[in-house]
Amino acid sequence: MIEGRKYVIQAVFLITGIAFLVKLFTIQVTDKTYAKAATDNIILPVVEYPYRGLIFDRNGELIVYNNPQFDLTVIPQEVKQLDTLSICEILGLTREDFKQRLSAARKYSYVKPSPFFKMISNQEFGKIQDKLVDYPGFGIQARTSRAYAHPVLSNSLGYIAEISSAGLRQDSSRYYRQGDYIGKSGLELYYESQLRGKRGISYKIKNVRGIEKGSFEDGEFDTIPIPGQNLVSTIHLRLQLYAEKLLKGKVGSVVAIEPATGEILAIVSGPSYDPGMMVGRKYSSNFSLISRDSLNPLFNRPVMAMYPPGSIFKIVQSLIGLQENVLNVNETIYIDGRNIGDHAPPGYYTLHEAIRKSSNNYFFMAFRRMINQNLNANTFIDSRLGLDNWKSHVMSFGFGAPLGIDIPNEKGGFIPGSDYYDKIYGHNSWKFSTISSLSIGQGEMLLSPLQMANLAAIMANRGYYYTPHLVKEIGDYGPLSKFTEKHMAGIDEKHFPPVINAMQDVVTSTAWRAVIRDIEICGKTGTAENPHGEDHSVFMAFAPKKNPQIAISVYVENSGWGGRAAASIASLLIETYIRGNITRQWLEDYVLKGDFADATQ
Amino acid sequence: MQRSENLVSSIDWLTILLYFLIVLLGWLNIYAAVYDEGTTGSIFDFSLNSGRQLVWIGASVIIIIFILIIDFKFYSTFAYFIYGAVFVVLLGVLGFGTEIAGSKSWIRLGSFGVQPSEFMKFAAALAVAKFMDSHGVKFNNFKDLFILGAFIALPMGLIVLQGDTGTALIFGAFILVFYREGLSPLILIFIAASAAIFLLALLVTQSYLAIGIGASAFLIIMLSKKNLKTITGILLGAAIVFSLIRSVDYVFTNVLKPHQQNRIKALINPEEDPLGYGWNVTQSKIAIGSGGMWGKGFLEGTQTKFDFVPEQSTDFIFCTIGEEHGWFGTLILITLFMLLFLRIVYISERQKTRFARVYGYSVVAILFFHFAINIGMTIGLFPVIGIPLPFFSYGGSSLWAFTCLLFVLIKLDAHRMDQLVH
Repeated sequence: MIEGRKYVIQAVFLITGIAFLVKLFTIQVTDKTYAKAATDNIILPVVEYPYRGLIFDRNGELIVYNNPQFDLTVIPQEVKQLDTLSICEILGLTREDFKQRLSAARKYSYVKPSPFFKMISNQEFGKIQDKLVDYPGFGIQARTSRAYAHPVLSNSLGYIAEISSAGLRQDSSRYYRQGDYIGKSGLELYYESQLRGKRGISYKIKNVRGIEKGSFEDGEFDTIPIPGQNLVSTIHLRLQLYAEKLLKGKVGSVVAIEPATGEILAIVSGPSYDPGMMVGRKYSSNFSLISRDSLNPLFNRPVMAMYPPGSIFKIVQSLIGLQENVLNVNETIYIDGRNIGDHAPPGYYTLHEAIRKSSNNYFFMAFRRMINQNLNANTFIDSRLGLDNWKSHVMSFGFGAPLGIDIPNEKGGFIPGSDYYDKIYGHNSWKFSTISSLSIGQGEMLLSPLQMANLAAIMANRGYYYTPHLVKEIGDYGPLSKFTEKHMAGIDEKHFPPVINAMQDVVTSTAWRAVIRDIEICGKTGTAENPHGEDHSVFMAFAPKKNPQIAISVYVENSGWGGRAAASIASLLIETYIRGNITRQWLEDYVLKGDFADATQ
Repeated sequence: MQRSENLVSSIDWLTILLYFLIVLLGWLNIYAAVYDEGTTGSIFDFSLNSGRQLVWIGASVIIIIFILIIDFKFYSTFAYFIYGAVFVVLLGVLGFGTEIAGSKSWIRLGSFGVQPSEFMKFAAALAVAKFMDSHGVKFNNFKDLFILGAFIALPMGLIVLQGDTGTALIFGAFILVFYREGLSPLILIFIAASAAIFLLALLVTQSYLAIGIGASAFLIIMLSKKNLKTITGILLGAAIVFSLIRSVDYVFTNVLKPHQQNRIKALINPEEDPLGYGWNVTQSKIAIGSGGMWGKGFLEGTQTKFDFVPEQSTDFIFCTIGEEHGWFGTLILITLFMLLFLRIVYISERQKTRFARVYGYSVVAILFFHFAINIGMTIGLFPVIGIPLPFFSYGGSSLWAFTCLLFVLIKLDAHRMDQLVH
């Protein structure tokens, strides 16, 4: 019996060996998860960030570029020396701060580098670089941040910041990762996909401590980062700088457009902020500072503010009246001044005179003719037909809906239609008298400063416009195709000369501050009634009269009559753009002084 | 002259061939385990484990020559003396030894470290064989059993005190020898069953296990001859098993040290803490599992090369062959070990003295325990216990001790006919 036991023992050996081989077969051959886990173990994807595209002005001057910036990283395991005084001094940290950051890094990983202090400036980096040798475990990770040649254009350029967790969730392309920078507003947001380029990833092999040991499969799966495309903006940097200077200390906006192309030459929102504040370590503190400011510098007025246009809208009314054949340039009408408050005296008016003197009652009369064309005996129905027709004309000017500029959050203004009045007064319960204040650009009507400038461009072009835009070249390509589409205002070209002649007379007679020797300016002032305080000063113009080069709108809040603040600023900008310099230092002084209310006409 | 010719012809060359094959494969895999492209020197570089292992192998050859030259009667005659000498050194280690990796089991001689506990296995095998031979030990003699137990338990206790539970566990291998020599298989079954119940109690809810035991006891009673003796026996057995289960929690939390608890936890569920106590098992399985059928090729393993696997040239050396040579490689190695084990059983059985036979079985039992525990732990079938794979793992002490163990048997075997004359 005991003799047989040697077989039992040999059987135990064999069974053990076979059991091992079976188990080995399952983990080595049948189960593929171990092979994958092994690859995951050793692969270290190293992201190489592309350079974000630069932004130039129309003459090739740099507006936005990239600055090297550095993150101080730490590998907690390798930190030995804890004499931290000089690092703390350079970074402005307390010992407690230092310890806290180190323990946060420890919590992330003992052996992998994690950011210790993000966004060290160039100067700080210079100081730290020499000292790093004495601090084992600390290293530098280079990246870039945005830098600006001039502290201007902030609201149009926008800014970039780390993508939010909500942003990550909404990213359907699944391109972005935690910690990536993304355009948050302005051009940076609108052209994000062109500016950002494409991230490159190289796959490295790492050992158990996360230390690189070479490339994986000889770099077969690596991708090279593709730099972002540069943008050439339509901005005329000198004009922009000057416009920002003139609007300093005022609330309002300036928009200047090249009429032939729709290219925006200058766009200013006042008050504004230095775009450099939205960069680097101070980003979050500066952001809350700026966003809490009572004057709301983040509010991009040229495209987001909506104002009643005031008297400049009389230009639109004139053109619609002529197109609808209810006005005639040769007709002289007696205007008594009964219907609506008016600065213009009663008397006989032609259209030309009415525009020149900005007669409210003339346009009251003109608007009534447009609204009540006696197409229906019922005055309510007749008013509805008239308003619908009028509104479709107005919409053709690019009002009442966003124009489609290449910065986000553009507002479309508001042009009331019959549906709107139906809602307020009830169906067919309103008529011309209800809506008469629309005749002079007041009432419910709202335009953005951009739309006002676009109106000036339509006048300059005698009947059409291109969607105003800020970028004329994306990399090697031209502007987006929608910006080369011509939009007709729906007014025959023949109706423009008489109105434009009147606009020229406006400048030479009433808005005298706008007059520039040897440059024919056509413009229209406005004074938008403001129930909350001083009226808003409005001016829109284009110049020269023949072959116009610039169309402009200036809106200055609480600055009274359009002939003062707005017209002066517009005139200085037109002169700067066309002539390259200004000849009227006194006018610049007047604008910069910024005290428009007590001046006489 | 005639004597050495005699030796050459009577020696078991097959065992020696298997020995050298395993040693050679071990040496190549040690190099692969420490290999790091670009920075590593050649396999002969003495600053590497592979270069040093070559020195140990060279020294082993000298040891082999000595063993074969010395008179075969020496080992039987001096068995107690060798046992006593190693035991004293082991005792000395506890007082003056050097602590490495938590175990105070090393004697330092300059830059050179020796682990006496490795040699204790060899010495114990000699002493046990000698005692069983000279006293004609039978397993129903309590006094004999006690002395036999003491031969094993004393060094075991010392080694546990040194903090090297793994090596101490190897002394359990003698159970297999005793079984061959007539020990009741019930004891073997009892030990195996206790271990199984211990693990089961950790794996499944204890109340379920108790219900299961009650139910099976009831079933056995229903099926067996229903006399009082049987029923009492079965109920008693169930009660013992039940109290064993109840004691598991106590043993686990109070007797086992935290690192031992973790090793058992890692065996049961390494995924619970893959970066903590599950790390070794998880990484070891990943390394072996990623080898596939044919492996990644010599020196191409990434997991062992980049240190994901701990103790890669010693306790976890099996990962290297698994990763670089795949299932095919492990098949070769396990086959070599199987052949070696079966050959040693064959050799043991043909011995003419009880001393040589018991010694031979001790050799194969010790080697098998190392083999089973070491490979078992790398593939997650056994808790992580730091013991080497015989002849294969890096390390001078273990290689020399295993070499002594095996070649003394080869020497005895070569003279098995002389012993008859004797």
